[in-house]
Amino acid sequence: MANVLVVLEHAAGALRTASLPAVTFGKELAAKTGGQLYFLVAGANLSAVVEEASHLGAAEVLVAENPGLEHYLAETYAPVVARAAKEKGATIVAGTATTFGKDLLPRAAGLLDAGLVADVTGIVSANTFRRGMMAGNVLTNVEVSSPVIVVTVRQTEFAPATAGDGASTITKLDVGGVDARGASFVSVSTSKSERPDLTEAKIVVSGGRGLREGKNFEPVAQLADLLGGAMGASRAACDAGMVPNDLQVGQTGKVVAPQLYIAIALSGAIQHLAGMKGSKVIACINKDPEAPIFQVADYGFVGTWEVALPQLIEEVKKLKAAQR
Amino acid sequence: MKILVTAKRVPDPEQKVKFKGDALDQSAVNWQLNQFDEYGVETALRLTEAGSGGARNAGDEVIVVSIGPKDVQQQLRSTLAMGADKAILVEGSDDALDAELVAKTIKALVEKHKPDLVVMGKLAADSEANDVGQRLAAYLDWPQATFACTVEATDGGKALLVGREVDAGVETKKVNLPAVLTVDLRIVLPNAVKGVSAGAAYQEGPRYASLKGIMAAKKKPIEDTTLAALGVAGGARSKIVKVEAPPARKAGIKVASIEELVQKLHNEAKVI
Repeated sequence: MANVLVVLEHAAGALRTASLPAVTFGKELAAKTGGQLYFLVAGANLSAVVEEASHLGAAEVLVAENPGLEHYLAETYAPVVARAAKEKGATIVAGTATTFGKDLLPRAAGLLDAGLVADVTGIVSANTFRRGMMAGNVLTNVEVSSPVIVVTVRQTEFAPATAGDGASTITKLDVGGVDARGASFVSVSTSKSERPDLTEAKIVVSGGRGLREGKNFEPVAQLADLLGGAMGASRAACDAGMVPNDLQVGQTGKVVAPQLYIAIALSGAIQHLAGMKGSKVIACINKDPEAPIFQVADYGFVGTWEVALPQLIEEVKKLKAAQR
Repeated sequence: MKILVTAKRVPDPEQKVKFKGDALDQSAVNWQLNQFDEYGVETALRLTEAGSGGARNAGDEVIVVSIGPKDVQQQLRSTLAMGADKAILVEGSDDALDAELVAKTIKALVEKHKPDLVVMGKLAADSEANDVGQRLAAYLDWPQATFACTVEATDGGKALLVGREVDAGVETKKVNLPAVLTVDLRIVLPNAVKGVSAGAAYQEGPRYASLKGIMAAKKKPIEDTTLAALGVAGGARSKIVKVEAPPARKAGIKVASIEELVQKLHNEAKVI
Protein backbone atom coordinates (compact mmCIF):
# COMPACT_ATOMS: atom_id res chain seq x y z
CA MET A 1 0.00 0.00 0.00
CA ALA A 2 1.36 3.33 -1.01
CA ASN A 3 0.42 6.33 1.11
CA VAL A 4 0.63 9.70 -0.58
CA LEU A 5 1.83 12.92 1.03
CA VAL A 6 1.12 16.21 -0.74
CA VAL A 7 3.12 19.26 0.37
CA LEU A 8 0.79 22.25 0.10
CA GLU A 9 2.21 25.61 -0.94
CA HIS A 10 0.66 28.71 0.54
CA ALA A 11 1.22 32.46 0.76
CA ALA A 12 -0.41 35.24 2.78
CA GLY A 13 -2.77 32.92 4.65
CA ALA A 14 -4.18 31.09 1.62
CA LEU A 15 -3.25 28.06 -0.44
CA ARG A 16 -1.53 28.94 -3.67
CA THR A 17 -3.64 27.77 -6.58
CA ALA A 18 -0.74 25.64 -7.82
CA SER A 19 -1.41 23.40 -4.78
CA LEU A 20 -4.83 22.37 -6.07
CA PRO A 21 -3.68 20.39 -9.14
CA ALA A 22 -1.08 18.73 -6.87
CA VAL A 23 -3.94 17.66 -4.58
CA THR A 24 -5.76 16.18 -7.58
CA PHE A 25 -2.60 14.27 -8.49
CA GLY A 26 -2.42 12.96 -4.90
CA LYS A 27 -6.06 11.90 -4.93
CA GLU A 28 -5.73 10.09 -8.24
CA LEU A 29 -2.63 8.28 -7.12
CA ALA A 30 -4.06 7.30 -3.71
CA ALA A 31 -7.16 5.96 -5.47
CA LYS A 32 -4.92 3.90 -7.74
CA THR A 33 -2.82 2.43 -4.96
CA GLY A 34 -5.48 2.16 -2.25
CA GLY A 35 -3.25 4.20 0.05
CA GLN A 36 -4.13 7.06 2.37
CA LEU A 37 -3.83 10.69 1.32
CA TYR A 38 -2.05 13.12 3.66
CA PHE A 39 -1.33 16.82 3.35
CA LEU A 40 1.54 18.73 4.90
CA VAL A 41 1.27 22.42 5.69
CA ALA A 42 4.42 24.05 7.06
CA GLY A 43 5.07 27.59 8.24
CA ALA A 44 3.91 29.97 10.96
CA ASN A 45 0.40 31.32 11.70
CA LEU A 46 -1.26 28.58 9.72
CA SER A 47 -4.85 28.42 11.01
CA ALA A 48 -6.52 29.85 7.88
CA VAL A 49 -4.48 27.66 5.52
CA VAL A 50 -5.11 24.56 7.62
CA GLU A 51 -8.85 25.24 7.62
CA GLU A 52 -8.78 25.58 3.82
CA ALA A 53 -6.69 22.43 3.43
CA SER A 54 -8.95 20.36 5.68
CA HIS A 55 -11.78 20.38 3.10
CA LEU A 56 -9.79 19.00 0.19
CA GLY A 57 -10.24 15.30 0.84
CA ALA A 58 -7.18 14.14 2.78
CA ALA A 59 -7.42 11.61 5.60
CA GLU A 60 -5.23 13.86 7.67
CA VAL A 61 -3.63 17.29 7.47
CA LEU A 62 -0.22 17.44 9.15
CA VAL A 63 0.57 20.87 10.51
CA ALA A 64 4.21 21.84 11.01
CA GLU A 65 3.84 25.18 12.74
CA ASN A 66 6.86 26.93 14.21
CA PRO A 67 8.01 30.56 14.32
CA GLY A 68 11.30 29.36 12.82
CA LEU A 69 9.40 28.33 9.69
CA GLU A 70 7.86 31.75 9.05
CA HIS A 71 10.04 32.38 6.02
CA TYR A 72 10.44 29.48 3.64
CA LEU A 73 13.93 28.02 3.41
CA ALA A 74 14.68 24.70 1.71
CA GLU A 75 17.12 23.99 4.55
CA THR A 76 14.43 24.11 7.25
CA TYR A 77 11.47 22.79 5.26
CA ALA A 78 13.08 19.73 3.65
CA PRO A 79 13.65 17.94 6.99
CA VAL A 80 9.99 18.63 7.88
CA VAL A 81 8.85 17.04 4.61
CA ALA A 82 11.10 14.03 5.25
CA ARG A 83 9.83 13.68 8.79
CA ALA A 84 6.17 13.83 7.71
CA ALA A 85 6.76 11.28 4.95
CA LYS A 86 8.44 8.85 7.33
CA GLU A 87 5.82 9.28 10.03
CA LYS A 88 2.97 8.47 7.64
CA GLY A 89 4.76 5.80 5.64
CA ALA A 90 4.33 7.83 2.47
CA THR A 91 5.91 6.23 -0.57
CA ILE A 92 4.89 9.09 -2.81
CA VAL A 93 5.65 12.67 -1.83
CA ALA A 94 4.18 15.22 -4.21
CA GLY A 95 4.15 19.00 -4.47
CA THR A 96 3.94 21.93 -6.81
CA ALA A 97 6.23 22.38 -9.81
CA THR A 98 6.71 26.03 -8.88
CA THR A 99 9.94 27.67 -7.73
CA PHE A 100 8.89 26.62 -4.18
CA GLY A 101 8.40 22.95 -5.06
CA LYS A 102 11.39 22.83 -7.37
CA ASP A 103 13.67 24.27 -4.69
CA LEU A 104 12.32 22.18 -1.81
CA LEU A 105 11.40 18.75 -3.13
CA PRO A 106 14.72 17.66 -4.68
CA ARG A 107 16.36 18.47 -1.34
CA ALA A 108 13.67 16.47 0.47
CA ALA A 109 14.24 13.63 -2.03
CA GLY A 110 17.91 13.70 -1.09
CA LEU A 111 17.03 13.34 2.59
CA LEU A 112 14.53 10.55 1.84
CA ASP A 113 16.93 8.59 -0.40
CA ALA A 114 14.23 8.91 -3.05
CA GLY A 115 14.16 9.32 -6.80
CA LEU A 116 12.38 12.35 -8.20
CA VAL A 117 10.24 12.93 -11.24
CA ALA A 118 9.92 16.63 -12.07
CA ASP A 119 7.10 18.45 -13.82
CA VAL A 120 4.83 15.42 -14.03
CA THR A 121 2.03 15.69 -16.58
CA GLY A 122 0.37 12.31 -16.08
CA ILE A 123 0.20 9.12 -14.03
CA VAL A 124 1.00 5.85 -15.80
CA SER A 125 1.21 3.63 -12.72
CA ALA A 126 2.15 3.92 -9.05
CA ASN A 127 5.84 4.18 -9.97
CA THR A 128 5.75 5.44 -13.56
CA PHE A 129 4.97 9.01 -14.52
CA ARG A 130 4.68 11.03 -17.66
CA ARG A 131 6.71 14.18 -18.28
CA GLY A 132 8.08 16.22 -21.15
CA MET A 133 11.69 17.12 -21.82
CA MET A 134 13.79 18.98 -24.38
CA ALA A 135 11.58 22.06 -24.28
CA GLY A 136 8.43 19.99 -24.70
CA ASN A 137 9.63 18.26 -27.88
CA VAL A 138 9.83 14.81 -26.28
CA LEU A 139 7.31 13.07 -24.03
CA THR A 140 8.61 10.38 -21.74
CA ASN A 141 7.46 7.80 -19.23
CA VAL A 142 9.82 7.64 -16.27
CA GLU A 143 9.87 4.57 -14.05
CA VAL A 144 11.38 4.89 -10.59
CA SER A 145 12.42 1.93 -8.45
CA SER A 146 13.37 3.70 -5.20
CA PRO A 147 11.08 2.79 -2.24
CA VAL A 148 10.01 6.44 -1.93
CA ILE A 149 9.33 8.58 -4.99
CA VAL A 150 9.13 12.38 -4.97
CA VAL A 151 7.12 14.15 -7.64
CA THR A 152 6.55 17.75 -8.68
CA VAL A 153 3.22 18.23 -10.44
CA ARG A 154 2.81 20.52 -13.44
CA GLN A 155 -0.04 22.82 -12.60
CA THR A 156 -1.51 23.02 -16.08
CA GLU A 157 -1.94 19.26 -16.46
CA PHE A 158 -4.22 18.34 -13.56
CA ALA A 159 -7.60 19.89 -12.77
CA PRO A 160 -7.62 21.97 -9.58
CA ALA A 161 -9.15 20.11 -6.62
CA THR A 162 -12.33 21.59 -5.20
CA ALA A 163 -13.44 21.73 -1.57
CA GLY A 164 -15.89 19.09 -0.36
CA ASP A 165 -18.15 18.76 2.68
CA GLY A 166 -15.98 16.43 4.74
CA ALA A 167 -13.19 17.63 6.97
CA SER A 168 -9.82 15.98 7.48
CA THR A 169 -8.32 15.16 10.86
CA ILE A 170 -5.81 17.82 11.81
CA THR A 171 -2.61 16.67 13.50
CA LYS A 172 0.30 18.70 14.78
CA LEU A 173 3.64 17.50 13.48
CA ASP A 174 6.56 17.84 15.87
CA VAL A 175 9.15 19.65 13.78
CA GLY A 176 12.00 19.21 16.25
CA GLY A 177 14.76 21.83 16.22
CA VAL A 178 14.75 24.23 13.27
CA ASP A 179 18.28 24.49 11.87
CA ALA A 180 18.82 26.62 8.75
CA ARG A 181 22.32 25.19 8.21
CA GLY A 182 23.88 28.55 7.49
CA ALA A 183 21.13 29.89 5.27
CA SER A 184 18.91 32.86 6.01
CA PHE A 185 16.03 34.64 4.34
CA VAL A 186 16.85 38.30 3.72
CA SER A 187 13.98 39.81 1.73
CA VAL A 188 11.72 39.35 -1.23
CA SER A 189 10.73 41.98 -3.77
CA THR A 190 7.57 41.31 -5.69
CA SER A 191 6.08 43.22 -8.54
CA LYS A 192 2.54 44.02 -7.50
CA SER A 193 -0.13 43.71 -10.12
CA GLU A 194 -3.90 43.90 -10.11
CA ARG A 195 -3.99 41.51 -13.04
CA PRO A 196 -4.67 37.80 -12.59
CA ASP A 197 -1.67 35.59 -11.95
CA LEU A 198 0.08 34.46 -15.15
CA THR A 199 -0.29 30.78 -14.33
CA GLU A 200 -3.98 31.09 -13.49
CA ALA A 201 -5.31 33.49 -16.11
CA LYS A 202 -7.72 32.27 -18.81
CA ILE A 203 -6.17 34.71 -21.26
CA VAL A 204 -2.51 35.67 -21.48
CA VAL A 205 -1.17 38.48 -23.68
CA SER A 206 2.61 38.38 -24.10
CA GLY A 207 5.05 40.75 -25.69
CA GLY A 208 8.45 40.04 -27.18
CA ARG A 209 11.68 41.68 -28.20
CA GLY A 210 9.96 43.37 -31.14
CA LEU A 211 8.34 45.84 -28.73
CA ARG A 212 11.82 47.30 -28.24
CA GLU A 213 11.22 49.19 -24.99
CA GLY A 214 9.29 48.99 -21.74
CA LYS A 215 6.79 51.74 -22.52
CA ASN A 216 5.59 49.78 -25.53
CA PHE A 217 4.26 47.16 -23.15
CA GLU A 218 1.58 49.69 -22.12
CA PRO A 219 -0.79 48.77 -24.98
CA VAL A 220 -0.05 45.08 -24.30
CA ALA A 221 -1.13 45.65 -20.71
CA GLN A 222 -4.18 47.56 -21.93
CA LEU A 223 -5.21 44.62 -24.11
CA ALA A 224 -4.65 42.19 -21.25
CA ASP A 225 -6.86 44.34 -19.01
CA LEU A 226 -9.61 44.61 -21.62
CA LEU A 227 -9.68 40.82 -21.86
CA GLY A 228 -9.40 40.27 -18.10
CA GLY A 229 -6.13 38.47 -18.72
CA ALA A 230 -2.55 38.40 -17.49
CA MET A 231 0.51 39.87 -19.15
CA GLY A 232 3.53 37.77 -20.08
CA ALA A 233 6.78 38.29 -21.92
CA SER A 234 9.61 36.53 -23.68
CA ARG A 235 13.03 36.08 -22.15
CA ALA A 236 14.47 38.71 -24.47
CA ALA A 237 11.99 41.31 -23.25
CA CYS A 238 12.72 40.48 -19.59
CA ASP A 239 16.50 40.44 -20.09
CA ALA A 240 16.30 43.85 -21.72
CA GLY A 241 14.54 45.12 -18.60
CA MET A 242 11.32 46.03 -20.47
CA VAL A 243 9.22 44.17 -17.89
CA PRO A 244 9.94 42.38 -14.59
CA ASN A 245 11.50 38.93 -14.81
CA ASP A 246 8.54 37.19 -13.17
CA LEU A 247 6.50 37.81 -16.34
CA GLN A 248 8.75 35.47 -18.33
CA VAL A 249 6.99 32.56 -20.01
CA GLY A 250 9.08 29.61 -21.13
CA GLN A 251 11.42 26.78 -20.24
CA THR A 252 12.91 29.05 -17.61
CA GLY A 253 10.07 31.12 -16.31
CA LYS A 254 6.47 30.14 -16.10
CA VAL A 255 4.56 27.43 -17.91
CA VAL A 256 1.09 28.58 -18.89
CA ALA A 257 -1.84 26.90 -20.62
CA PRO A 258 -4.63 29.45 -20.88
CA GLN A 259 -7.72 29.28 -23.08
CA LEU A 260 -6.18 31.99 -25.25
CA TYR A 261 -2.55 33.05 -25.64
CA ILE A 262 -1.85 36.15 -27.69
CA ALA A 263 1.79 36.73 -28.69
CA ILE A 264 2.69 40.23 -29.84
CA ALA A 265 6.00 40.93 -31.62
CA LEU A 266 7.37 37.74 -30.16
CA SER A 267 9.29 35.41 -32.48
CA GLY A 268 8.72 32.18 -30.54
CA ALA A 269 12.09 30.66 -29.66
CA ILE A 270 11.69 27.00 -28.70
CA GLN A 271 12.38 27.87 -25.06
CA HIS A 272 9.39 30.21 -25.16
CA LEU A 273 7.17 27.73 -27.00
CA ALA A 274 7.93 25.19 -24.26
CA GLY A 275 6.14 27.45 -21.81
CA MET A 276 2.94 28.10 -23.78
CA LYS A 277 2.42 25.34 -26.37
CA GLY A 278 -0.25 23.80 -24.15
CA SER A 279 -2.52 26.83 -24.59
CA LYS A 280 -5.91 25.94 -26.06
CA VAL A 281 -5.86 28.68 -28.70
CA ILE A 282 -2.82 30.66 -29.79
CA ALA A 283 -2.96 33.91 -31.75
CA CYS A 284 -0.02 36.00 -32.83
CA ILE A 285 0.94 39.26 -34.46
CA ASN A 286 4.37 39.42 -36.02
CA LYS A 287 5.84 41.29 -38.94
CA ASP A 288 8.03 38.35 -39.96
CA PRO A 289 5.91 35.64 -41.63
CA GLU A 290 8.76 33.15 -41.08
CA ALA A 291 8.79 33.62 -37.28
CA PRO A 292 8.47 30.24 -35.52
CA ILE A 293 5.49 31.49 -33.50
CA PHE A 294 3.35 31.07 -36.66
CA GLN A 295 4.02 27.30 -36.56
CA VAL A 296 2.10 26.93 -33.31
CA ALA A 297 -0.43 29.74 -33.79
CA ASP A 298 -4.02 28.88 -34.65
CA TYR A 299 -4.51 32.42 -35.92
CA GLY A 300 -1.63 34.50 -37.14
CA PHE A 301 -1.55 38.04 -38.47
CA VAL A 302 1.47 39.28 -40.40
CA GLY A 303 2.04 42.93 -39.63
CA THR A 304 3.79 45.36 -37.33
CA TRP A 305 2.57 45.73 -33.79
CA GLU A 306 2.64 49.51 -34.16
CA VAL A 307 -0.28 49.29 -36.55
CA ALA A 308 -1.93 46.03 -35.53
CA LEU A 309 -2.00 46.35 -31.75
CA PRO A 310 -4.03 49.59 -31.59
CA GLN A 311 -6.43 48.03 -34.10
CA LEU A 312 -6.73 44.91 -31.97
CA ILE A 313 -7.48 47.02 -28.90
CA GLU A 314 -10.19 48.91 -30.83
CA GLU A 315 -11.76 45.70 -32.18
CA VAL A 316 -11.82 44.12 -28.74
CA LYS A 317 -13.38 47.29 -27.30
CA LYS A 318 -16.09 47.14 -29.98
CA LEU A 319 -16.73 43.48 -29.21
CA LYS A 320 -16.92 44.12 -25.48
CA ALA A 321 -19.31 47.04 -26.07
CA ALA A 322 -21.56 44.83 -28.22
CA GLN A 323 -21.55 42.14 -25.52
CA ARG A 324 -22.63 44.54 -22.84
CA MET B 1 37.45 30.88 -3.13
CA LYS B 2 37.76 27.43 -4.61
CA ILE B 3 34.81 26.64 -6.86
CA LEU B 4 33.68 23.39 -8.45
CA VAL B 5 31.44 23.93 -11.49
CA THR B 6 29.46 21.18 -13.19
CA ALA B 7 29.11 21.02 -16.96
CA LYS B 8 26.87 18.69 -18.92
CA ARG B 9 26.79 18.28 -22.67
CA VAL B 10 23.33 18.40 -24.21
CA PRO B 11 21.95 18.24 -27.75
CA ASP B 12 21.76 21.63 -29.46
CA PRO B 13 18.29 22.83 -28.43
CA GLU B 14 17.82 24.47 -31.85
CA GLN B 15 18.23 21.14 -33.65
CA LYS B 16 15.06 19.25 -34.51
CA VAL B 17 14.58 16.19 -32.29
CA LYS B 18 14.69 12.94 -34.28
CA PHE B 19 13.04 9.69 -33.31
CA LYS B 20 13.97 6.16 -34.38
CA GLY B 21 11.02 3.93 -33.61
CA ASP B 22 10.25 4.49 -29.94
CA ALA B 23 13.69 5.86 -29.07
CA LEU B 24 15.55 9.09 -29.70
CA ASP B 25 17.86 9.12 -32.68
CA GLN B 26 20.92 11.03 -31.51
CA SER B 27 23.28 9.87 -34.26
CA ALA B 28 23.40 13.30 -35.89
CA VAL B 29 23.12 15.37 -32.73
CA ASN B 30 25.32 18.42 -32.41
CA TRP B 31 26.42 18.23 -28.77
CA GLN B 32 27.12 21.42 -26.89
CA LEU B 33 27.69 22.65 -23.38
CA ASN B 34 24.41 23.12 -21.51
CA GLN B 35 23.82 26.87 -21.61
CA PHE B 36 22.97 27.08 -17.92
CA ASP B 37 26.27 25.36 -17.10
CA GLU B 38 28.20 27.68 -19.39
CA TYR B 39 26.65 30.51 -17.39
CA GLY B 40 27.72 28.67 -14.23
CA VAL B 41 31.33 28.70 -15.46
CA GLU B 42 31.02 32.42 -16.19
CA THR B 43 29.62 32.97 -12.68
CA ALA B 44 32.52 31.11 -11.08
CA LEU B 45 35.07 33.06 -13.12
CA ARG B 46 33.49 36.40 -12.20
CA LEU B 47 33.36 35.44 -8.52
CA THR B 48 37.10 34.82 -8.51
CA GLU B 49 38.24 37.84 -10.53
CA ALA B 50 38.75 41.52 -9.81
CA GLY B 51 36.05 42.58 -12.26
CA SER B 52 36.07 42.53 -16.05
CA GLY B 53 39.62 42.17 -17.32
CA GLY B 54 40.84 41.61 -13.77
CA ALA B 55 43.17 38.78 -12.82
CA ARG B 56 42.15 35.73 -10.81
CA ASN B 57 42.44 36.40 -7.08
CA ALA B 58 45.50 34.72 -5.61
CA GLY B 59 44.64 31.31 -4.20
CA ASP B 60 41.27 31.10 -5.95
CA GLU B 61 40.59 28.20 -8.26
CA VAL B 62 37.86 27.12 -10.68
CA ILE B 63 37.53 23.40 -11.42
CA VAL B 64 35.01 22.16 -13.98
CA VAL B 65 33.61 18.64 -13.83
CA SER B 66 31.58 16.71 -16.37
CA ILE B 67 30.15 13.23 -16.33
CA GLY B 68 29.82 11.78 -19.80
CA PRO B 69 31.58 9.96 -22.63
CA LYS B 70 35.21 10.70 -23.58
CA ASP B 71 33.97 13.22 -26.16
CA VAL B 72 32.97 15.60 -23.38
CA GLN B 73 36.65 16.58 -23.41
CA GLN B 74 35.70 19.02 -26.12
CA GLN B 75 33.18 20.87 -23.94
CA LEU B 76 35.54 20.75 -20.95
CA ARG B 77 38.35 22.18 -23.07
CA SER B 78 36.09 25.09 -24.01
CA THR B 79 35.52 25.91 -20.32
CA LEU B 80 39.29 25.83 -19.78
CA ALA B 81 39.63 28.23 -22.71
CA MET B 82 37.13 30.55 -20.99
CA GLY B 83 39.50 30.58 -18.03
CA ALA B 84 38.80 27.65 -15.72
CA ASP B 85 41.96 26.20 -14.15
CA LYS B 86 41.41 22.51 -14.54
CA ALA B 87 38.80 19.96 -15.45
CA ILE B 88 37.68 16.51 -14.36
CA LEU B 89 36.02 14.05 -16.70
CA VAL B 90 34.09 11.25 -15.03
CA GLU B 91 33.33 8.63 -17.62
CA GLY B 92 29.71 7.65 -17.78
CA SER B 93 26.78 7.31 -20.13
CA ASP B 94 23.51 9.21 -19.79
CA ASP B 95 21.46 6.02 -20.13
CA ALA B 96 23.09 4.53 -17.04
CA LEU B 97 22.84 7.66 -14.89
CA ASP B 98 20.14 9.41 -12.94
CA ALA B 99 20.09 12.46 -10.68
CA GLU B 100 20.91 10.33 -7.63
CA LEU B 101 24.07 8.87 -9.19
CA VAL B 102 25.16 12.24 -10.56
CA ALA B 103 24.71 13.92 -7.17
CA LYS B 104 26.59 11.09 -5.44
CA THR B 105 29.44 11.44 -7.93
CA ILE B 106 29.71 15.18 -7.36
CA LYS B 107 29.54 14.61 -3.61
CA ALA B 108 32.52 12.27 -3.89
CA LEU B 109 34.41 14.92 -5.86
CA VAL B 110 33.52 17.58 -3.30
CA GLU B 111 34.90 15.40 -0.53
CA LYS B 112 38.09 14.90 -2.51
CA HIS B 113 38.69 18.47 -3.71
CA LYS B 114 37.04 20.38 -0.85
CA PRO B 115 35.68 23.41 -2.76
CA ASP B 116 34.05 26.33 -0.91
CA LEU B 117 31.27 26.47 -3.45
CA VAL B 118 29.64 24.25 -6.07
CA VAL B 119 28.10 26.15 -8.98
CA MET B 120 25.66 24.43 -11.32
CA GLY B 121 23.23 25.43 -14.03
CA LYS B 122 19.71 25.40 -12.62
CA LEU B 123 18.74 22.69 -15.09
CA ALA B 124 20.01 20.77 -18.09
CA ALA B 125 18.30 21.88 -21.28
CA ASP B 126 17.65 18.27 -22.30
CA SER B 127 16.33 16.48 -19.20
CA GLU B 128 15.07 19.64 -17.45
CA ALA B 129 14.90 17.84 -14.12
CA ASN B 130 16.22 20.62 -11.91
CA ASP B 131 17.20 18.04 -9.30
CA VAL B 132 20.95 17.53 -8.82
CA GLY B 133 21.94 20.81 -7.13
CA GLN B 134 19.35 20.65 -4.37
CA ARG B 135 19.93 16.93 -3.93
CA LEU B 136 23.70 17.45 -3.66
CA ALA B 137 23.10 20.14 -1.01
CA ALA B 138 21.02 17.61 0.96
CA TYR B 139 23.69 14.90 0.65
CA LEU B 140 26.37 17.34 1.85
CA ASP B 141 24.09 18.97 4.43
CA TRP B 142 25.07 22.34 2.91
CA PRO B 143 22.86 25.37 2.34
CA GLN B 144 21.61 25.94 -1.19
CA ALA B 145 20.73 28.97 -3.29
CA THR B 146 18.91 27.98 -6.45
CA PHE B 147 17.76 29.91 -9.55
CA ALA B 148 20.27 32.70 -8.92
CA CYS B 149 20.04 35.87 -11.01
CA THR B 150 22.48 37.83 -8.85
CA VAL B 151 25.23 36.80 -6.46
CA GLU B 152 27.50 38.85 -4.26
CA ALA B 153 30.33 37.67 -2.03
CA THR B 154 29.90 39.00 1.50
CA ASP B 155 31.38 38.60 4.98
CA GLY B 156 34.87 38.74 3.45
CA GLY B 157 34.07 35.88 1.11
CA LYS B 158 32.67 33.60 3.81
CA ALA B 159 29.08 33.91 2.54
CA LEU B 160 27.04 34.75 -0.54
CA LEU B 161 24.09 37.07 -0.88
CA VAL B 162 22.00 35.58 -3.66
CA GLY B 163 19.08 37.03 -5.62
CA ARG B 164 16.82 34.13 -6.56
CA GLU B 165 14.21 34.25 -9.29
CA VAL B 166 11.04 32.98 -7.65
CA ASP B 167 7.47 32.97 -8.94
CA ALA B 168 6.57 36.13 -7.05
CA GLY B 169 9.66 38.15 -7.97
CA VAL B 170 13.19 38.09 -6.60
CA GLU B 171 14.05 36.65 -3.20
CA THR B 172 17.32 37.52 -1.50
CA LYS B 173 18.86 34.70 0.49
CA LYS B 174 22.15 34.54 2.34
CA VAL B 175 24.12 31.32 2.47
CA ASN B 176 27.28 30.69 4.42
CA LEU B 177 29.97 28.81 2.55
CA PRO B 178 30.39 26.03 1.73
CA ALA B 179 27.19 26.02 -0.30
CA VAL B 180 25.58 24.94 -3.55
CA LEU B 181 24.57 27.65 -6.03
CA THR B 182 22.44 27.00 -9.12
CA VAL B 183 22.21 29.76 -11.70
CA ASP B 184 19.43 31.08 -13.90
CA LEU B 185 19.96 32.88 -17.20
CA ARG B 186 20.13 36.46 -15.96
CA ILE B 187 23.24 35.67 -13.92
CA VAL B 188 25.29 36.83 -16.93
CA LEU B 189 23.93 40.39 -17.01
CA PRO B 190 26.73 42.98 -16.60
CA ASN B 191 26.43 43.58 -12.84
CA ALA B 192 24.90 40.26 -11.76
CA VAL B 193 28.01 38.82 -10.08
CA LYS B 194 30.16 40.62 -7.52
CA GLY B 195 33.20 38.83 -6.18
CA VAL B 196 35.27 39.71 -3.13
CA SER B 197 37.45 42.12 -5.10
CA ALA B 198 35.16 44.46 -6.98
CA GLY B 199 36.07 45.73 -10.42
CA ALA B 200 34.68 46.90 -13.72
CA ALA B 201 31.30 45.63 -14.92
CA TYR B 202 31.20 42.79 -17.43
CA GLN B 203 29.72 42.65 -20.89
CA GLU B 204 26.42 40.85 -21.02
CA GLY B 205 26.66 37.11 -21.61
CA PRO B 206 29.32 34.49 -21.04
CA ARG B 207 32.77 35.40 -22.29
CA TYR B 208 34.19 34.13 -25.54
CA ALA B 209 37.46 32.27 -25.30
CA SER B 210 40.35 34.41 -26.50
CA LEU B 211 43.03 32.96 -28.74
CA LYS B 212 45.37 33.16 -25.77
CA GLY B 213 42.79 31.33 -23.68
CA ILE B 214 42.44 28.60 -26.30
CA MET B 215 46.22 28.13 -26.43
CA ALA B 216 46.48 28.07 -22.64
CA ALA B 217 43.63 25.55 -22.40
CA LYS B 218 45.67 23.01 -24.36
CA LYS B 219 48.15 22.89 -21.52
CA LYS B 220 45.64 22.74 -18.69
CA PRO B 221 45.00 19.36 -17.09
CA ILE B 222 41.89 17.25 -17.61
CA GLU B 223 41.81 14.52 -15.01
CA ASP B 224 40.04 11.30 -16.02
CA THR B 225 38.21 9.23 -13.48
CA THR B 226 35.28 6.85 -13.18
CA LEU B 227 32.27 6.38 -10.94
CA ALA B 228 33.85 3.22 -9.54
CA ALA B 229 37.10 5.02 -8.72
CA LEU B 230 35.05 7.60 -6.83
CA GLY B 231 33.27 4.87 -4.91
CA VAL B 232 29.88 5.46 -6.51
CA ALA B 233 28.12 2.11 -6.87
CA GLY B 234 24.69 0.87 -7.94
CA GLY B 235 22.57 1.42 -11.00
CA ALA B 236 20.12 4.15 -11.90
CA ARG B 237 16.79 3.90 -10.11
CA SER B 238 15.04 6.38 -12.42
CA LYS B 239 14.72 5.18 -16.00
CA ILE B 240 13.06 6.56 -19.09
CA VAL B 241 11.00 3.59 -20.28
CA LYS B 242 9.24 5.27 -23.18
CA VAL B 243 9.83 8.29 -25.40
CA GLU B 244 7.57 9.72 -28.06
CA ALA B 245 6.92 12.88 -29.99
CA PRO B 246 4.21 15.14 -28.62
CA PRO B 247 1.04 15.34 -30.70
CA ALA B 248 1.45 18.03 -33.36
CA ARG B 249 -0.73 21.12 -33.10
CA LYS B 250 -3.06 21.28 -36.02
CA ALA B 251 -1.96 23.78 -38.59
CA GLY B 252 -3.29 27.27 -38.05
CA ILE B 253 -4.32 29.93 -40.51
CA LYS B 254 -3.13 33.41 -41.33
CA VAL B 255 -5.83 36.03 -41.08
CA ALA B 256 -5.98 38.97 -43.48
CA SER B 257 -7.00 41.62 -40.98
CA ILE B 258 -7.23 42.32 -37.26
CA GLU B 259 -10.99 42.51 -37.65
CA GLU B 260 -10.97 38.94 -38.97
CA LEU B 261 -8.70 37.87 -36.10
CA VAL B 262 -11.14 39.16 -33.50
CA GLN B 263 -14.10 37.61 -35.32
CA LYS B 264 -12.34 34.23 -35.45
CA LEU B 265 -11.42 34.37 -31.77
CA HIS B 266 -14.99 35.28 -30.90
CA ASN B 267 -17.12 33.21 -33.28
CA GLU B 268 -14.93 30.24 -34.16
CA ALA B 269 -12.61 29.64 -31.20
CA LYS B 270 -15.07 31.21 -28.74
CA VAL B 271 -12.32 32.35 -26.41
CA ILE B 272 -13.16 36.06 -26.19
